[in-house]
Amino acid sequence: MTANFQLLRILPEVILTIAGVLIMLIEPLLGHSTSRKPLGWFAVLSVFASLAASFAQLGMAAGTAYYGVIQTDAFSVFFHVLIALIVLVSLLVTIDTANANTESLGELFALMVFGAVGMMLMTSATELLLVFIGLEISSISTYIMAGFRRKNVKSTESSLKYFLLGSFATAFFLYGIALIFGATGTTDINAIASQLGTSAVPMFATIGLGMILIGLGFKVSAAPFHVWTPDAYEGAPSPVVGLMSTAPKAAAFAVLLRIVYVAFPALHAHWQPLLWLMAAFSMTIGNLGALRQQNVKRMLAYSSIAHAGYLLVAFTALSTDGIAAASFYAMSYAAMNVGIFAVVSHASGYDERLSLISDYRGLAYRSPLLGGALGFFLISLIGIPFTGGFFGKFYVFASALHSGMVWLTIIGLVNSGIAAFYYLRLLASAYSKPTNNALLDPMPRASFALLLALVITISGTLILGIVPGQILAMSHNAAVSLTSGIANPAPSATHQ
Amino acid sequence: MDVPIAYYLVLSAILFSIGVAAFLIKRNIITVFMSIELMLNAVNLTFVAFAHEWHRVSGQIFVFFVMVVAAAEAAVGLAIIIAIFRARNTLNVDQVDLMKL
Amino acid sequence: MHSQNYFWNYLPLMMQIIVAVGLGCSMVTMSWLIGRHRKSSVKLAAYECGVPAEGDARGRFSVRFYMVAMLFILFDVEAVFMLPWAVIYRRLPAITGSRMFGFWEMLVYLGFVLVGFFYIWKKGILDWAQDKGDL
Repeated sequence: MTANFQLLRILPEVILTIAGVLIMLIEPLLGHSTSRKPLGWFAVLSVFASLAASFAQLGMAAGTAYYGVIQTDAFSVFFHVLIALIVLVSLLVTIDTANANTESLGELFALMVFGAVGMMLMTSATELLLVFIGLEISSISTYIMAGFRRKNVKSTESSLKYFLLGSFATAFFLYGIALIFGATGTTDINAIASQLGTSAVPMFATIGLGMILIGLGFKVSAAPFHVWTPDAYEGAPSPVVGLMSTAPKAAAFAVLLRIVYVAFPALHAHWQPLLWLMAAFSMTIGNLGALRQQNVKRMLAYSSIAHAGYLLVAFTALSTDGIAAASFYAMSYAAMNVGIFAVVSHASGYDERLSLISDYRGLAYRSPLLGGALGFFLISLIGIPFTGGFFGKFYVFASALHSGMVWLTIIGLVNSGIAAFYYLRLLASAYSKPTNNALLDPMPRASFALLLALVITISGTLILGIVPGQILAMSHNAAVSLTSGIANPAPSATHQ
Repeated sequence: MDVPIAYYLVLSAILFSIGVAAFLIKRNIITVFMSIELMLNAVNLTFVAFAHEWHRVSGQIFVFFVMVVAAAEAAVGLAIIIAIFRARNTLNVDQVDLMKL
Repeated sequence: MHSQNYFWNYLPLMMQIIVAVGLGCSMVTMSWLIGRHRKSSVKLAAYECGVPAEGDARGRFSVRFYMVAMLFILFDVEAVFMLPWAVIYRRLPAITGSRMFGFWEMLVYLGFVLVGFFYIWKKGILDWAQDKGDL
């Protein structure tokens, strides 16, 4: 295989890296008063280019590159596209939200782009070393982004909590990798699988897997490793929260899928009950926690814990349907959550004028566009038919039921019912007549960037809810390519 | 005569546990941060021990990357700590509690 | 099996420690027993390289030192990848299958380091005298 051909397998990452470096080089050369928004649009263009490069990878035969550390297949492309779209919308929302008080905006754009590189690497890596590096590139970028409003005490506090807990989780993740290396003598995901398939499973491998589950549990904010989530989300700038509640989680879920289904199918009796518990805890704690929140961003943080729980339900299904459902759910959750944070960002502005649910009173009257979008995304988060949220939940629970997870499905359905209460509370607040004249000021006019972001997220949510066939087929291909194992084509050929 | 690998593993497990305990108990942000570094170095010790046991260099390569990432994390962490200190003049984690759970 | 006599490997180390501690203790004790004791204020002052001690040991440093320290960590640790590269440089053509590939890879890596350097330079971090209060 020639070097050029190998480069195609990491082309999306290469494009974004170059773009990020260029932004970083140009930023300090611009004068203090020069607008940084053109840099943002440049970042948007580069994300478009990397999106195109990801789609181009679909045309290539699935395979590995660079001594087998990278594997591009339908699975990696699915998550590449998802991450690129999330970052695209987040960039647009940042461009819309930034105002005169925003400092070093160019750095924020560069960080978002670099973060995307890390997340993309995570989804296509088949070597735990590369997974770790990708995880750290994305995490370190998000730590800085969370504390971006440096003069704001809440933002720095959010950044600190996110950083400390995130590094703590990374250490667990690493210790898990070390123990697995000790048990199998390799850190290649495919090699681990073949090593474990041939002999009795060593104790170190089991403990190592447990450590990795703890580490990734922190990263996806699944209960009981969720405590950092509400604080980190409340203090971080809203456009960044839209990004960090979806993209790093999608990447971490992709890694989790690869690790449990490709490297450790032999240990499914161990990890399945653990994921079962994590799913049940996350859904219950997330939804009960969200019920008593007054702050919108905290409420959405707890809701994201709950959604991580729904996603984990699909993991326990132990079937390609489950993997497909998890991938589909990741996409539908990303569409509606990034969308709702776009609305929240624009409504509250860079200085976060609106924070409590009661502050959103009369939003629909102040700006019918924002009110309508907010309502739409909330309806999708509740899971009402003809939205992405509904089909996501439907496929997740269907795959769980199919595998006999009756109790988990019941817990999930009860939780979906509870969730409706707090989403509707925000909806009712936004649509009730404002009592206070101060709340009647019209919203700042929606910029082109915001409109574009809303169009992408709303159409995404609608497509996922009304004509999900195409994307469902994509997620199914992804699941099949994940489980078939390209690295050792001989066994998969005999299966067919 | 070689030191048996179990000694290294027990030592690194102890170091890792001390790191976890210190992370949960200590109240100064810098100390909490140091305990994370201790955990990472415990992991490095495990990697090197296993690399020696398996006669594979990949474990040692992993250590290089862990060291680099730890340095990057340290830089970012210190920057965040400085920002916190500037914003409120304390490094006690109990006082960084503007947002209660 | 070998655990019985295993710790005997550490015997020389133990002896070294005993001798070192013993030597230190004996020197302090001997000078205390033999020497004269004159407690003038100069004798009791803290000894600091012959320069009069100044200020509190817990005094604060200017935060601009922290920037230097942080950058030092980052640029120092980058050498970690250059050492293994240099060690196997002559064998790289055989490993990569291309004569100059290993060389260009390191140039790309150093290029990224240089980008970081350019960035901090343009941001004015290397300007010592400037207060970094806003950084």
